[in-house]
Amino acid sequence: MHEVRVAVRKTYKLYIGGAFPRSESGRTYQVTSTDGAFLANAALGSRKDARDAVIAARKAFPGWSGATAYNRGQILYRVAEMLEARRAQFEAEVAAAGESPDTVTESIDRWVWYAGWADKIAQVCGAANPVAGPYFNLSVPEPTGVVAVIAPSTPSLLGLVSVVAPAIVAGNTVVVIASERHPLPAITLAEVLATSDLPGGVVNVLTGRPAEIAPWLATHADVNALDLSGVVDPQLATDLERDAAGTLKRVIRPAATPVDWAAEPGFDRIRALLETKTVWHPRG
Amino acid sequence: MNMFEYAPAPESRSVVSLQSSYGLFIDGEFVDPRDGGTMKTISPATEETLAEVAVATEADVDIAVAAARRAYDTVWGPMPGRDRAKYLFRIARLIQERSRELAVLETLDNGKPIRESRDVDVPLAAAHFFYYAGWADKLAHAGFGADPRPLGVVGQVIPWNFPLLMLAWKIAPALATGNTVVLKPAETTPLTALLFADICRQADLPAGVVNIVTGAGETGAALVRHPEIDKIAFTGSTAVGRNIAQAIAGTRKRLTLELGGKAANIVFDDAPIDQAVEGIVNGIFFNQGHVCCAGSRLLVQESIADELLDALKRRVSQLRVGDPLDKNTDVGAINSAEQLARISELSSAGEAEGATRWSPACELPSQGFWFAPTIFTGVSQAHRIAREEVFGPVLSVLTFRTPAEAIEKANNTQYGLSAGIWTEKGSRILAVADKLRAGVVWANTFNKFDPTSPFGGYKESGYGREGGRHGLEAYCA
Repeated sequence: MHEVRVAVRKTYKLYIGGAFPRSESGRTYQVTSTDGAFLANAALGSRKDARDAVIAARKAFPGWSGATAYNRGQILYRVAEMLEARRAQFEAEVAAAGESPDTVTESIDRWVWYAGWADKIAQVCGAANPVAGPYFNLSVPEPTGVVAVIAPSTPSLLGLVSVVAPAIVAGNTVVVIASERHPLPAITLAEVLATSDLPGGVVNVLTGRPAEIAPWLATHADVNALDLSGVVDPQLATDLERDAAGTLKRVIRPAATPVDWAAEPGFDRIRALLETKTVWHPRG
Repeated sequence: MNMFEYAPAPESRSVVSLQSSYGLFIDGEFVDPRDGGTMKTISPATEETLAEVAVATEADVDIAVAAARRAYDTVWGPMPGRDRAKYLFRIARLIQERSRELAVLETLDNGKPIRESRDVDVPLAAAHFFYYAGWADKLAHAGFGADPRPLGVVGQVIPWNFPLLMLAWKIAPALATGNTVVLKPAETTPLTALLFADICRQADLPAGVVNIVTGAGETGAALVRHPEIDKIAFTGSTAVGRNIAQAIAGTRKRLTLELGGKAANIVFDDAPIDQAVEGIVNGIFFNQGHVCCAGSRLLVQESIADELLDALKRRVSQLRVGDPLDKNTDVGAINSAEQLARISELSSAGEAEGATRWSPACELPSQGFWFAPTIFTGVSQAHRIAREEVFGPVLSVLTFRTPAEAIEKANNTQYGLSAGIWTEKGSRILAVADKLRAGVVWANTFNKFDPTSPFGGYKESGYGREGGRHGLEAYCA
């Protein structure tokens, strides 16, 4: 008879400003696998956690948006390298959520896809405009700012990566509410982000109930855009969009039809979170 | 008169392990050439032999092209873009990982200062692969139609002034778009290309996707002539570029050329003088002036000419010429005896035609190929040193009175690769840039390169662009 080792289990916490705090509310909720087995007590994020996360995201914005596109691309690619190295852990976590290990593979490749976009965004949607006068006129894309995101509830990892990566590649910073039912891959992804040279505060991960936390983000005056991709309840989506209109946030609505998160993502999600700045300068 | 003495700070050679001889890199393996011909590659700083390198003949080129065709048909052409991307990302990472080794080897084989190979050539080469890796699965977004197709097998011939960087400029976009490659490095600088072959193996790049054939002009000519080549990309002299364009006339081969230059660096009377002096020095003495886009003609507004020249000479007197492996060195060795002879001949012609020659007092090493930084004043537009590309550390100074005259003189050349403008006035920068017939215009800076930024010339400086989104076009159907 060999002795069975008692495993050390991980405490799943929030990820705010590069640190892993518990919810200031002290609340947690039980996360279970598809067959009902207990997996972990995840932090049940609060209004105050959301506000802390927005502060962290705003603080990180000047540095991250001011980094060169090359540098941001290198860091996103580093995330893919780190994720690949921890593939087995993610496969176990998504399996417990009843999801295919292929979603892990796609998640890794999605970081690579977006890493490659970093220094091409301006080349695809910037322009030198031939104005009818002696002026140099150049339009360049800039990140919109702090983006609050409600991640899709499933696929838990791929859905999350698919909404976070396009936001940060252009220089935005993010507060994301992870899948309520399957939050564990999101926290493990935060551990990857924390070890990929991504500056603290660029991505902040909250776990808990979107219906409880999202309204505070939708009305928060220091949030510039709201991505509702993960909102399933049409009434909640409408309420959040209306809340967001109070400060004229850019809103990504939930898709009208179910999204194939495994399909090649295209450029739309990047474009939705950009501002265009046009500079005039006389010639001659 | 040196205020500060520098102790030598040589970079260690121990990071590089040279083989005594190198074969050709064909179909994923190093192979001996068919007829066993070899050449020696030397260090231009010491004239020591670094290694023997194979000379590829027509038969070897034929095998290499066949390998590239096979790889194109069976592996690389059909491969999804996102998988090609991953190989290119791997190569970018491997160049970063082996950057010190590549930098020392480049400096040994080429003679350029280690500071430049370490801080410019190698990081830019890695960045180039990183940039084009990202395009491999995004070609539909590049503006060349919904589904741009590769051309097939590409023959690439590169020069000796930036051996690894020019390799990166050629191979990265070709592979990203799905082409396979037969590349011929320059006769005098084959070693980093051969180390790159090892990087391809470490990346598990499929055999035949990249093939490296070493040799001299005849090897390049065999590659250009080969009927199974779909596209040729050449960087080098205008004379050879012209020959290639003639040789492929009547075929379906596509061609891009990045050729010589005689860039004007225009300094207006309101320019920040100290910044301009740094830019002028960087423009012409960077890489010993072995730069096709070098600012080899200084056009300075007459009213500030004396002040600027005094400051320039003071600055040039501080340049450290010598051991390329010394981390303090600013100007290294001339790449070959042949190039040294050409620089010497043109400089003599400058004197004979009546220009005034000046060089700082500097001791040159007794071994190797060296040329002191040189400034010619009193140069007229008719002088050979104002018209011909010297490709060495030789600056010709001309003056002008009005912006219109500056533009006229700047454009008075067969070339059109690059130009520089120095003025505090933004509107003047843009107005002058508009009128310069050159592919790259630097304002209040010079010799800046980036993988996202297209590079290439007007007129007899060649056609096609390398770098940036535009650089994809050369490799897409």
